[in-house]
Amino acid sequence: MTKHANPATAVSAGAILPGIRWSLSRDLRIALRSRAELGVQLLFYIIVVSLFPLATTPERNLLATMGPGVLWVAALLASLLSLPRLFASDYADGTLEQIALSPYPLEALVSGKILAHWLTTGLPVALLAPLLGVQYAMDAESGFVLAAALLVGTPILSLLGAIGAALTLGLRAGGSLLALLILPLYVPVLIFGAGSVDAVRAGLGATANLSLLGAGLLVAVVGAPFAATAAVRIALD
Amino acid sequence: MASINWFKYASPVTFFPLAGRLIPWFAWMAAILAAIGLYVGLVVAPTDFQQGDAYRIIFIHVPTAWLSMFLYVVMAIWSALALGFNTRVSAMMAQAIAPTGALMTFIALWTGAFWGRPTWGTYWAWDARMTSELILLFLYLGVIALRNAIDDPRRADRACGVLSLVGVVNVPIIYFSVKWWNTLHQGSSISMTAAPKMAAIMVSGMLIMSFAAWFYSIAVVLARVRTIMIDRERGAAWVGNLAEVKNA
Repeated sequence: MTKHANPATAVSAGAILPGIRWSLSRDLRIALRSRAELGVQLLFYIIVVSLFPLATTPERNLLATMGPGVLWVAALLASLLSLPRLFASDYADGTLEQIALSPYPLEALVSGKILAHWLTTGLPVALLAPLLGVQYAMDAESGFVLAAALLVGTPILSLLGAIGAALTLGLRAGGSLLALLILPLYVPVLIFGAGSVDAVRAGLGATANLSLLGAGLLVAVVGAPFAATAAVRIALD
Repeated sequence: MASINWFKYASPVTFFPLAGRLIPWFAWMAAILAAIGLYVGLVVAPTDFQQGDAYRIIFIHVPTAWLSMFLYVVMAIWSALALGFNTRVSAMMAQAIAPTGALMTFIALWTGAFWGRPTWGTYWAWDARMTSELILLFLYLGVIALRNAIDDPRRADRACGVLSLVGVVNVPIIYFSVKWWNTLHQGSSISMTAAPKMAAIMVSGMLIMSFAAWFYSIAVVLARVRTIMIDRERGAAWVGNLAEVKNA
């Protein structure tokens, strides 16, 4: 082991995992104590998905074609709707400032918050998807692939969304501005996610799409926490 | 050779007069090149035997489409410089480029629609290039909207800088995802790359127009950055001493 020139970096390097664990457990505890809020978000997802057949057609072939796309768009919207929860309330009551002053590196704390956000929004959405797929005349294999794609894709939504949520902290019209900033960045996730089910239905197999989603997830895991942390620091200045 | 002082013009005090001296040059070059380019494009270049005269819109469409992407990269580079060196002029340049970039993207989309109607039979298709150009417009509008939502210009600089950099990483990903998305479903029936080989005179007209659009963008961005400087530094002594401000 080489000795670190700067003792601060040596301390923070060892504090990464405890930092993630601390903010993850804190945010999960807060989320579990406001279960109604989580339930409302899931209901939003279910209702949006249920609206499309009413607005278009109950014809089974068309529904099967639209299904993956509709479920993915609804997942995007559900993620977008829950993003303000990531930082906004902590920012409003000054907790975020105290968190930033803690000895843990802020990157680790932000990563823990993102992980908690995904566990409370992305994960339930992914697990519910096969069930909702039945509404869209999806077979078992398509439903399974859809859930797998959502499991890989929704963490990317939380990671990218955290950047937007931090950039719009405390701004006027934060919610609609967040949509404008983040939805264009979500496009690749949407394309590969919905494309994976289409590929299965076309007999091509979902490997290519899922691999690309996985690659996107790796890039987002490496880059997004740092960008989100930079954005949090900007908001706190 | 003594090292060049790259930071000399990193201060609005020195950059403001430099920009003022450069604007007429770029503006005149843009006007002259645009006149030549339009003459070449509309008069000299022959009528395309497949597309008729409708193809002549490429003399506007292609230069603006190139610049729309190029300007985004330039904006991201200025943003990176602003975040890295904390230089005011870099952030102001990034701020000044965004509206011109959005304008170029919009013109490219608009002229593309008018070109597509007579040649492809439709104003809009979910072609890979068109879709990614549309998303590029959203990215520009997002940067501009974020800037407008933040009152403190220093915070706006850094927030827009982070957003531009995230966007510039995403632009190639978006482009390829859209391309693959499109080709996965059906063979692209309409493709820009399959266009018939262009005559040399058409290419030269397009290149002249590209330089005209480029110099126009530089002139407009420099003019806009001057107004941004005066606006932001209005409390500073050097603004009060400017001839333009004193005589106004």
